[in-house]
Amino acid sequence: MDELIIGGQKLTSRFFLGTGKFASKKIMRETIAQSGAQVVTVALRRVDIQQNAENFLNFIPQNVQILANTSGARQADEAVRIARLSQAAGLGNWVKIEVINDSKYLLPDDQETLKATEILASEGFVVLPYVTPDLYTARALVKAGAAAVMPLGALIGSGQGLQTKYLLEILRQEITETPLIVDAGLGAPSQAAAALEMGFDAVLVNTAVSLAADPVEMARAFGLAAQAGRAAYLAGKMPAGNAQASSPLTGFLHNE
Amino acid sequence: MSNTKNITICNTLCNTEILAIFNDHDPALLEQLAQEAQKITRRYFGRTISLYAPLYLSNHCANQCVYCGFHASLKIPRRKLNEQEIEAEYQALAHAGIQSILLLTGESRQHTPPEYLEAALKAAKKYFANIALEVYPLETEEYARLNAAGCDGVTIFQETYDQARYKILHPAGKKSNYAYRYDAPRRIALGGLRQITLGVLLGLADWRQDILALHAQLRSLEKEFPGVDYAISFPRLRGTYDYKEKNYLVSDAELVKIICVTRILFPRIGINLSTRESASFRDRAVHFGVTKISAGSSTAVGGYAGLGASPACPPDRAVLENAPQFAVNDERSVAAVKAMLEKQGFDPVFTDWRCLAA
Repeated sequence: MDELIIGGQKLTSRFFLGTGKFASKKIMRETIAQSGAQVVTVALRRVDIQQNAENFLNFIPQNVQILANTSGARQADEAVRIARLSQAAGLGNWVKIEVINDSKYLLPDDQETLKATEILASEGFVVLPYVTPDLYTARALVKAGAAAVMPLGALIGSGQGLQTKYLLEILRQEITETPLIVDAGLGAPSQAAAALEMGFDAVLVNTAVSLAADPVEMARAFGLAAQAGRAAYLAGKMPAGNAQASSPLTGFLHNE
Repeated sequence: MSNTKNITICNTLCNTEILAIFNDHDPALLEQLAQEAQKITRRYFGRTISLYAPLYLSNHCANQCVYCGFHASLKIPRRKLNEQEIEAEYQALAHAGIQSILLLTGESRQHTPPEYLEAALKAAKKYFANIALEVYPLETEEYARLNAAGCDGVTIFQETYDQARYKILHPAGKKSNYAYRYDAPRRIALGGLRQITLGVLLGLADWRQDILALHAQLRSLEKEFPGVDYAISFPRLRGTYDYKEKNYLVSDAELVKIICVTRILFPRIGINLSTRESASFRDRAVHFGVTKISAGSSTAVGGYAGLGASPACPPDRAVLENAPQFAVNDERSVAAVKAMLEKQGFDPVFTDWRCLAA
């Protein structure tokens, strides 16, 4: 079976789901349950650590891997604190490092992300950093012990798809020792399929699902698209190119 | 549509073009703005709306804002909550489910010095995930101190950017210094606060010019302090005493236009709406741009613990009944507002940030 292994855990679904922006926690729970996603992100900023009845965590199915995200962190030390707090709150040791210090574009701060990754990986966290698709950063993150690297496809919530495609292709060619997951910006299942076809190991999606008219069906569609994209990658997609003449100009050289 | 501009490119419009939109009364344009604002808000905030409550610690004030129910010359019962009363207020609000609070005072440094605010913040940390302040402008180092005490954000209203009107409306007290107040958001950011809410009090001057000036200040702050989370409030003047000026009042349609244009120009900022607005207006505004609303609000000092709620906190009936800063126009409880949001297909969010300082 074609499995993705992260932090020693075997995953059969290559579709990771974010849990923000849903119309209700019940819809979120139903979407997770029906999507096939085995990894879901949870922002600690939304978790009521006093455990009230409406607590976000009560709506996350038991059988999925929680990937706590450090959304809201502006510097490495904040991300580290959030990760430690989420572990103490019982969310486990998987953490998505999200350090954003620009509230206008929400672009990740790669340098601070790297610092946080170095600290948390050394403490035994399974660290999945969210970054811009920069080769130097990706290499440094791998060296720092990232369990996977998660470059953005486009700006968060934009639904613009693989705007960073050429940089993503470079990452995929060069980073082979660690899983790569496209995170942020995907707006349609076809874009998820394209990412998997390129050889990315998984995709993480939130807005495109939570804002769909039917989030459950859209999550299912993303899950299927990820499967299709992965199958296409494994099948060895034919190289794209221009049309080839059926009667090549130099054919006569071989016909004698 | 009478306006030929494509509003989806509003963020590239110059002030003249925005003014043209402001002055165009075509209902079709307003609807188009609302549709666009809704699309943008959904994209960045989804179907979540944050809830918060204001909590008045004191109504002592050293200023003479001629439109305000707290101003220094008014003969109203003055009160500031002591430590036990503050605790009782916090308990009452937390019991209602509120996790995000805005602590307010009248603008009196003498009665509510930074040390008082600091103590109130430290006590609030036991009950709430997110704590913001709306008080008199402070110095940078004072903001840093309050940040260390647990303050996540500060709200500061310029009231109006029309300097001539500002002078008339604020004839005495420290608030009469326009420039000192205008610079407060910079000092807040330099003090390390991560959330800043700006706003104008609609009804004090020409709203069109005020909104353009507010946008300009926000743009400049975004450039200098990109890491800050910005929000805007658009309170409309609601009389609590004898302020008769009616020349600048803002209609419902104009407020809708203000919210929508601001959302289109600033896709990711928070937009707050207080209980100054009616229930019916608030129920609709959550659909096209507003991301945070207050609920179950009392604008009187000691208004939450209620009469006889705590033996340690004997209530002052006169203060509770007669001297709020402004009249609440949506008196629904937190539970009722939550139910309204759920009914309309929103997820009411009580915890959207917590201070994680070591």
